[in-house]
Amino acid sequence: MTTSKSVVIIDYGLGNVASASKAFAKLGASVKISRDKNDINTATHLVLPGVGAFGEGIRLLEESGVIPMITERALRQKIPFLGICLGMQLLASTGNEFGVHRGLNWLPGTVDELSGTHIRLPHVGWNEIMIQKKGVLLQGLADRNFYFVHSFVFNCTDPGAVIATCGYGDGFVAVVEKGNIFGTQFHPEKSQVSGLTVLKNFLSYA
Amino acid sequence: MLKVRVIPCMLFNGFSLVKTIQFGTMRNLGSPIQAAHVYNSRNVDELVFIDLKATEEHREPLYDVIHEVIGECFMPLAIGGGIHSLDVIQRLLSIGADKVIINSEALTHPEFIERAARKFGSQCIVVSIDVKRNGRRFMVMDKRGATTTRHEAVPWAQEMHKRGAGELFVTSVDQDGSMAGYDIDLINAVVSEVSIPVIASGGAGKVQDIIDVIKKGHADAAALASMFHYSGHTANSIKQRMAAAGIPVRIVGP
Repeated sequence: MTTSKSVVIIDYGLGNVASASKAFAKLGASVKISRDKNDINTATHLVLPGVGAFGEGIRLLEESGVIPMITERALRQKIPFLGICLGMQLLASTGNEFGVHRGLNWLPGTVDELSGTHIRLPHVGWNEIMIQKKGVLLQGLADRNFYFVHSFVFNCTDPGAVIATCGYGDGFVAVVEKGNIFGTQFHPEKSQVSGLTVLKNFLSYA
Repeated sequence: MLKVRVIPCMLFNGFSLVKTIQFGTMRNLGSPIQAAHVYNSRNVDELVFIDLKATEEHREPLYDVIHEVIGECFMPLAIGGGIHSLDVIQRLLSIGADKVIINSEALTHPEFIERAARKFGSQCIVVSIDVKRNGRRFMVMDKRGATTTRHEAVPWAQEMHKRGAGELFVTSVDQDGSMAGYDIDLINAVVSEVSIPVIASGGAGKVQDIIDVIKKGHADAAALASMFHYSGHTANSIKQRMAAAGIPVRIVGP
């Protein structure tokens, strides 16, 4: 991995930014946790972390003032963008957790509670993903188990963007990709070797 | 399929890792940072780190030590001990903890669990429940097993679930350190009455104990402390036996 990759983990007050930062650093990237315009504008890769509720997430993201900047960089300049967990869910059109909230609407679909009979929520632990189509993030995986911790899921209505699913409850979307926009419902930064492979694939995309 | 987790539990006394027997008698087991390094290299599913003395000594968690432990881990880490304010939780999450484990504060101020879950999300709020048998009743204990509360384990677990806990860490004080097996009846009683994941703790001495608490107690995860130190087992050697018994586990090298 070259050191020319410059990752900015968007700091909007949610998410385990320290772990994501540590994982990218281990892969040899330079990493900043920031909401600064200059940092975002000079990044080669943007990462939106996040844990917690959708409404609070989108509110904090709006308050942080980064939405116009990241939209410009990801949607118009098309630099690689990765949403992790809630960060992936925020890419959706709408979130239905504690009320109805508008999302970034970069990928169509809604965020809803994981459905299924007799399932324990949150869905916590290691689960195996089922790869639905060839994408960038899941190349060269030695093991398809990843660490999940969530109760809500992204029901993405663009079937072309769904790269992997997971079979808990009625099943849900585990990985999305659309061009330079990536998202994982699991935590790659917490998924040891498999997780590091996913992050490495993300860094390799340009 | 969701895998059953095997979770090494690191008990810390402020200086080193220790082993306890029925929450007493401590034996020194060395540096938590070194232990975390080994656990990470062995690809364990998750780690639990509990500072047994923080609350008793009226101090906050030792952030520097925890930060170093976290630095070794590319797997989820739950931190317990001395968590009595939202600020402490914020600080632990900001240095890279994934979850916090709350015990005493839930007993003295149950509404703290609601505030914590609302602010940080249920997924990172684990409530630890220490339980001692009294006849046929499962009594919830406080002060590291020294004080019996008025709560019984099952209704207390339900209340914690209702208030927003995302997981329960249920320890049998009677079985702690005994290596004589989990309290399966206790775990089963709790699991049956809540719909959040339950981590069974206290008593693992051999692989069959883990298999039993998963198959008969229906725990979602098994925490072990002494067993790793005294049995020569690794997470993978344990999980291979569990897999052979038909339990879904995650086995990866080395």
